[in-house]
Amino acid sequence: MYLHKFLIIAVLMGASLANAQQSRFGAPATQEDIDKSFWTVFPDGEFLPDGEGNVAAGRELFEYNCTLCHNMPGENDPVKDEIGKLFGVDDKRGRTNLQQTIGSYWPYPTTVFDYIRRAMPLIAPMSLTNSDYYSLTAYLLYENGVIGEDEIMNKDTLPKVQMPNRDGFINAYPEVPEKYKAKD
Amino acid sequence: MGKDHKSTVIDATDHVAKGGLLNRRLFLNSALATTAALATTRAAYGQEIVGEGQEDWVITPGSSALEYSDRSRFEADTVKRLLPDGTEEFFNLRLTKYTARTPLDHMLGTITPSGLHFERSHQGIPDIDPDQHSLVIHGMVKQPLKFDIEALENYPTVSRYYFLECSGNSAVLFQDEPTDQSLQQIHGLLSGSEWTGVLLSTLLDECGIDPNAKWIIAEGADNGMMSRSIPMDKALDDTMIAIRQNGERIRPSQGYPMRLFNPGFEGNTSIKWLRSIYVSDRPAMSVQETAKYTDMMPDNKSLQFSLEMDVKSLITRPSNAMSLQKKALYEITGLAWSGKGKIAQVEVSVDGGKTWADAALEEPVQSKMLTRFRIPWLWEGGPAILQSRAIDEFGRIQPTRDALISARGQNPIYHYSAIQSWAVASNGEIKNVFA
Repeated sequence: MYLHKFLIIAVLMGASLANAQQSRFGAPATQEDIDKSFWTVFPDGEFLPDGEGNVAAGRELFEYNCTLCHNMPGENDPVKDEIGKLFGVDDKRGRTNLQQTIGSYWPYPTTVFDYIRRAMPLIAPMSLTNSDYYSLTAYLLYENGVIGEDEIMNKDTLPKVQMPNRDGFINAYPEVPEKYKAKD
Repeated sequence: MGKDHKSTVIDATDHVAKGGLLNRRLFLNSALATTAALATTRAAYGQEIVGEGQEDWVITPGSSALEYSDRSRFEADTVKRLLPDGTEEFFNLRLTKYTARTPLDHMLGTITPSGLHFERSHQGIPDIDPDQHSLVIHGMVKQPLKFDIEALENYPTVSRYYFLECSGNSAVLFQDEPTDQSLQQIHGLLSGSEWTGVLLSTLLDECGIDPNAKWIIAEGADNGMMSRSIPMDKALDDTMIAIRQNGERIRPSQGYPMRLFNPGFEGNTSIKWLRSIYVSDRPAMSVQETAKYTDMMPDNKSLQFSLEMDVKSLITRPSNAMSLQKKALYEITGLAWSGKGKIAQVEVSVDGGKTWADAALEEPVQSKMLTRFRIPWLWEGGPAILQSRAIDEFGRIQPTRDALISARGQNPIYHYSAIQSWAVASNGEIKNVFA
């Protein structure tokens, strides 16, 4: 009787072990695998890299790398504005997203660094150094009236920058707040 | 009922709403009208070549089978639209075309052929070698793991029918004036497919997630490395790593060799060319969930993580892609969908919303998938405004444009879900209108 029970348990254990093994095909990921594929920077500064940048260097980098598609401050090429207007919206909030600029709309300064490092320049993303991306971030924040011309951007200073529209967002997950739901 | 079905006589009891809307069962009940036997013109003498008068394809051998079939050369007009009218020159100036819209007016049923599925990328379609690509799951997990396409194919897969819609679909209807863009241009960022893949919950379980984890952050391997944060309750529910679409490996434009697929969520969250999932206790606040894909309300506050798609429907025939040629019996048909679940009911009006009648829903009605609806309509030549209104199983009702705009204003460019109005003129021309 005991032997019988033992056999049943052994068979069950064997079966569940076999199932567990059968349904596991992931291979251990190395730090190298992770570093290659993961580029997120959090608003509190986690995962911001070493290096630092300034507005003057950013202006030069911008002129060289970005003006194929974006206007410099004061320029008004309508095609470039359509692609992405980065400066010069005085009335804080524009009529469409195309005019919602870093200074008027973006809630976190780290998003600027995160985005331009992964995605810009359009024809050659990730072709600059981390310090270059800090400089471009500094330049964009400065021209949007968010930081002063002498401020240095690095992993300690960037997360502390206060964005004008930081409190402009309302969480809509899992439900859109009642007041914004259409009612017939 | 004593009706002569052979000639489909319509009587008063068939009318279910004003303007000629007829009982949705009319077509179903009618026996097929028998066609009169064709009179034979064949000569009786037995001397003529019998194939005389036959088309070439009847009397010559057909072509060989192909390794990968294409459609008829006569269907070459059914194509995606890459750009709005008049913008060609502007985009050719500097940018590749990153958007392609599904020709909904050419579609029946609910499945979009893979080659006509809408496309949206932000920096183009990468040409990924699957042997050099894998998905890494890391962050708040016991064991970071990576999965290549071969590994994923080993798991028990699920195959489910889902719609995918860009939350920027129909956005032009937020504007003050009704556009004269086509149905395809206005609403074509919408498609339906069978998606096959591995549930993300299976892979997260294998990695062993920290109980404090609340989000995943997905990143792609495309130029620009698209990234979005997805709530963990969704990730553990029906989110999958899709590897096949309509049976075959997903296409480069859809994320080859693997993509995230979040059923019912705005399309942008279903990260294509998926390469990294970071398990996190907070969202990344990436550009696509702050600067973009947020919806500014009339009080200047912006909705963030408005992820679930609303209940919505659309008449695809008749639409402004065609005009009515004669007074006749037409079938009004279209699509309805909800990001939350199943469609429960679709109503149709041909008098601009004054009276409504239930449309027939074509089975199977599936959760977070397109549902086809249809209703017969006798057009007697007068002006009409065609509308459809969907209701989902949770009682969510598709709003009028006025109701949507009074709640949300006209600043947003995402999540336009209001009732579409097609105005039929007495001459049969059809226009997009606000009604």
